Amino acid sequence: MSLKDKLSELHQRGLAEIQKSSDLKDVNQVRVSLLGKKGPITEVLRGMRDLDAEERPKVGAFANEIRDDLTAALTKRREELENAVLNARLANEKIDVTLPGTPVAKGEPHVIQQIIDQIEDLFLGMGYQVLSGPEVEEDKYNFEMMNLPKNHPARDMQDTFYITKEILMRTQTSPMQARTLEKHDFSQGPLKMISPGVVYRRDTDDPTHSHQFHQVEGLVIDKHVTMADLKGTLQVLAHELFGDKFDVRLRPSYFPFTEPSVEADITCFNCGGKGCGVCKNTGWIEVLGAGMVHPNVLKMAGVDPDVYGGFAFGVGPDRFAMLKYGVDDIRNFYLNDVRFLTQFTKKG
Amino acid sequence: MKISYNWIKEYLDLNVSPADLAEKIERTSVEVDDVVKPSDGLKKIVVGHVLSIEMHPDSDHLHICQVDVGEDEPLQIVCGAPNIDKGQRVIVALPGSRIAGNVKIKKSKMRGVPSAGMICALQEIGFSDDVVPKEYADGIYVLPADATPGDDVYDYLGMNDSLIDLDVTPNRGDMLSLNGTLHDLAAIYDRPVTLDQVDLKEAGHAIEGQLAVHVDADLAPQYRMRLVKQVKLAPSPMWLQVRLWNAGYRPINNVVDITNYIMLKYGQPLHAFDYDKFAGQDVYVRTAKAGEKLTTLDEGEHDLDPQDIVIADDKAPIALAGVMGGLSTAISDETVTVAIESAVFEHDHIRKAAQRHHLHTDASQRFERGVNQAGVQEALDAAAQMMNELAAGEVQLGSVVGSANIPDPAVITITLGHINAVLGTDLDLTKVTHILESLGFDVASEGETLTVTVPVRRNDIHIPADLLEEISRIYGYDELPTTLPTGRMTMGTLTSAQKLMRATRHSLEGLGLNQAISYALTTEDKAKMFLMQDSETTQLAWPMSVDHAVLRMNVVTGLLDDIAYNSARKVKDVALYEQGRVFYREDGTDRPNEQEHIAGAITGTLMPAGWNQPAQEVDFYQIKGIVEAYLKDMAVNGDVTYEANTDMPEMHPGRTADILVHGHRIGFMGQVHPTIAKQFKIGATYVFELNLQAIIDMPKQENQYDVISRYPAITRDIAMLVADDVTNEQIVALIEKRGGAFLQSVKLFDVYDGVKVPKGKKSLAYTLTYQDKNETLVDDAVTQAFEKVEKRLQDDLGAEIR
Repeated sequence: MSLKDKLSELHQRGLAEIQKSSDLKDVNQVRVSLLGKKGPITEVLRGMRDLDAEERPKVGAFANEIRDDLTAALTKRREELENAVLNARLANEKIDVTLPGTPVAKGEPHVIQQIIDQIEDLFLGMGYQVLSGPEVEEDKYNFEMMNLPKNHPARDMQDTFYITKEILMRTQTSPMQARTLEKHDFSQGPLKMISPGVVYRRDTDDPTHSHQFHQVEGLVIDKHVTMADLKGTLQVLAHELFGDKFDVRLRPSYFPFTEPSVEADITCFNCGGKGCGVCKNTGWIEVLGAGMVHPNVLKMAGVDPDVYGGFAFGVGPDRFAMLKYGVDDIRNFYLNDVRFLTQFTKKG
Repeated sequence: MKISYNWIKEYLDLNVSPADLAEKIERTSVEVDDVVKPSDGLKKIVVGHVLSIEMHPDSDHLHICQVDVGEDEPLQIVCGAPNIDKGQRVIVALPGSRIAGNVKIKKSKMRGVPSAGMICALQEIGFSDDVVPKEYADGIYVLPADATPGDDVYDYLGMNDSLIDLDVTPNRGDMLSLNGTLHDLAAIYDRPVTLDQVDLKEAGHAIEGQLAVHVDADLAPQYRMRLVKQVKLAPSPMWLQVRLWNAGYRPINNVVDITNYIMLKYGQPLHAFDYDKFAGQDVYVRTAKAGEKLTTLDEGEHDLDPQDIVIADDKAPIALAGVMGGLSTAISDETVTVAIESAVFEHDHIRKAAQRHHLHTDASQRFERGVNQAGVQEALDAAAQMMNELAAGEVQLGSVVGSANIPDPAVITITLGHINAVLGTDLDLTKVTHILESLGFDVASEGETLTVTVPVRRNDIHIPADLLEEISRIYGYDELPTTLPTGRMTMGTLTSAQKLMRATRHSLEGLGLNQAISYALTTEDKAKMFLMQDSETTQLAWPMSVDHAVLRMNVVTGLLDDIAYNSARKVKDVALYEQGRVFYREDGTDRPNEQEHIAGAITGTLMPAGWNQPAQEVDFYQIKGIVEAYLKDMAVNGDVTYEANTDMPEMHPGRTADILVHGHRIGFMGQVHPTIAKQFKIGATYVFELNLQAIIDMPKQENQYDVISRYPAITRDIAMLVADDVTNEQIVALIEKRGGAFLQSVKLFDVYDGVKVPKGKKSLAYTLTYQDKNETLVDDAVTQAFEKVEKRLQDDLGAEIR
């Protein structure tokens, strides 16, 4: 048998052994036995010195070819076996992906806070400042400077928590109109502000009354502010809070600190304006009070009503939240049942 | 005020349904509470003629009646009303009819006798007890004798009218009358309206010799009386009774009914006195004298206040002016001479009297809001005319007038430019003039300037802004353009304090706490708990309940109330925070300072238990972790330290720490004292409260970049035994101070004080990390530094290195 034939035979036998190997240890043994220093290929190559000088390089090249092929076959086999091992392990590691995730501690903002933040962000975007005022107010700011003199029927004692004759829990955020008007320097630009906060009324708590609730006051005073601007501003607010499909309509009303005074209704979100129990079949729901700031309010705060004027509005986040989410009892907002607080999780 | 659709239609030619009319009123003048047609929901209720009655054989009060209901055969109906009688025209609910409350009437048997329907009382077809005439209050109603059997009863009783219930705002006193409403509707629908003219026939003698009035004009700017003799008291005619009960008034007799009717029509409250019961012939309008008493028409007895305005005769008060008449001079069946009063009383006195005596009457409501001061005499004359027509009274010649101060009409100047500038409209002079004139205002224009004279009846209109409201509402708010303010730019940004408050909320929510908003008014007891500084309480003068009577001086108790509410409802795991104000008051001041605080409370477990995570009850270190993370978020500049506080009465003496920044106390945290927890009916609860205003005011660290070393760090662990009273803070401080230049961090990884350490000792273990920013550290340098620390721990703290 020629050397070449021997090599061919070794080649065939080696490939068969590689194919037979069943684990990584086997593969290693086959590699040593075929390609090692004492292996058959090395043995055969030792016989090359008996060959002609002409034959020698040809056989040498052939032997290298066989060696490379066997090495490649070994590598391939090893990878096959490694993959099989890995796949077997992964198959073993299978879990039930439908089991619940590990709980994390997560807190939610209060639903009224969410509405206040939403209103703040809207008005910040329109160039308003956000201001906050004292909850314990002077009669002067809460009533007198809001054009409600001492004997005015609209300030009957039973509605107000007085502390002394002159000091009270503010019944509205409107005193912030007087406070900011007093301070504002109109040479620096118009006054555009909203003022969110807690207010208090002498009421017995029940599903629709709370002795503590929230208001957001709005005030814009400049040289050329119109009632049409008020209408547009309230429309933007309704769209932001309830959605683009909602219309706003104004109705005459009466507040001592605005003239004209209006109440704003929005399309009933329950029936979309068709008429239902929620809107008493009118298709509209009253959501806020507003108006053009009364000249007396400007005058008392030292602002010339012949030069400056504008609008004011007051919205109730509690009422908005009740309307928007169908909350049927205002006390829910202040009792802080965790099952209530964690219902309003939608972000953005 | 309930206003009748049919009554309005008598004066205004309107081609609109009651619902549309109500909608228009609501959009243009005042709110409408509802629109009711009394016959709605009723079915098959007709006039019956009682042909005969006989006693029921098995009853001492039931009658068997044969009733003609316009059909071929009379119906037999069993009736239990005491006032049923032969020949009456009555209200019959036929078999298959529906009466009030959607009750269906069927043929039935009453004690064995068949009964085909029911003879009804007014209440049974929907009338309120308050309006049913007294004589029919406890029986069936008897219709006029000319009612046709078989006709629906609704028209006889005014039940096909629609009643629009107006919720009149305090400024629109003029809308509390038919005439006022007609004026507004005339403008809204742009139709002319002609009101009735008084046509009074006087007779008899001059009033002067029979009656004199003496009036304090400050109390009653107008006071007028007429005298009507020989009146014949009787029930009012049907049309008048219908007007009254549809407006919510009980018909009483012609004289009293006329005064109510005139009030509804003109808005002017009147009072009818029985003249013959006066002591003397003089009537005085004055304030009450000390000790005077008055029994009012409703038989209420009142101790009069020196601020009450009274009408008095020579002896005593006979009426509480503008509120309610007195019983002693009331109209009764014997009355033959009536003194009618028409007046204007000072509104503030009336308001206070109504409050003081708890008598909020329709008269006081109108005087408080102001009546038409130009129509006081007209209303008086109209009433006298009706007493002549309906009660055959002889109206004596003339009126007595004690005061007659009619205010001048308001004259207001306004320019077209101003109107359009404020409303954002583009109205022309013709349009504006037309609107104002349609309201009955006089307009004189010169160029673009309008001089508007406002009738006295519109006492709500004094200044140009008032005219703007009239113009805009009649023009229509729907017609206004929709725009946004223009003008100089303004920046809308939150202040740094507002940003920090938002960041506070986001931080604590991220740390697992839900935002709560609790009541700021609480009990005196709770207000004073968990005090962070000395303060007086601030009390409400007239609280509604003791639960909400005092301003809080801490936020924690509100959260404990919330936890109690949850735990009473079996919600065991509660983690809350609240950002809000506390109210500290200094002695000698009335008004408290308001300070922003932030507080948290956790009971049960913060991290919810899961199938792969056991529940872990909240402890001190968990709430401390939250406080630490929060303060890190706020980036307060200065060392934050925690010192044991054993002295807060509401807190666990061994598990409470003060929170200090730069040595300045800004709050506390720890476990609520078990006694307090028990008082609130809650389990073990951990809380913190911080002065948020202090955090807002503190200097803050700015974020900055610190190069991360490319060279490896070396760590060394050290375990030691120390005495129980040696704190972690002391050890860490010492290690940090003596650790050398390369010490990067010290981390506690084990605490043990169990059986394996001697009593009075504890074992602590720390990992010290060393790193050089500029080159690779050599082991020797670390060893040297580490040994130095070991030695100092032994020397300074008596540590036994293990």
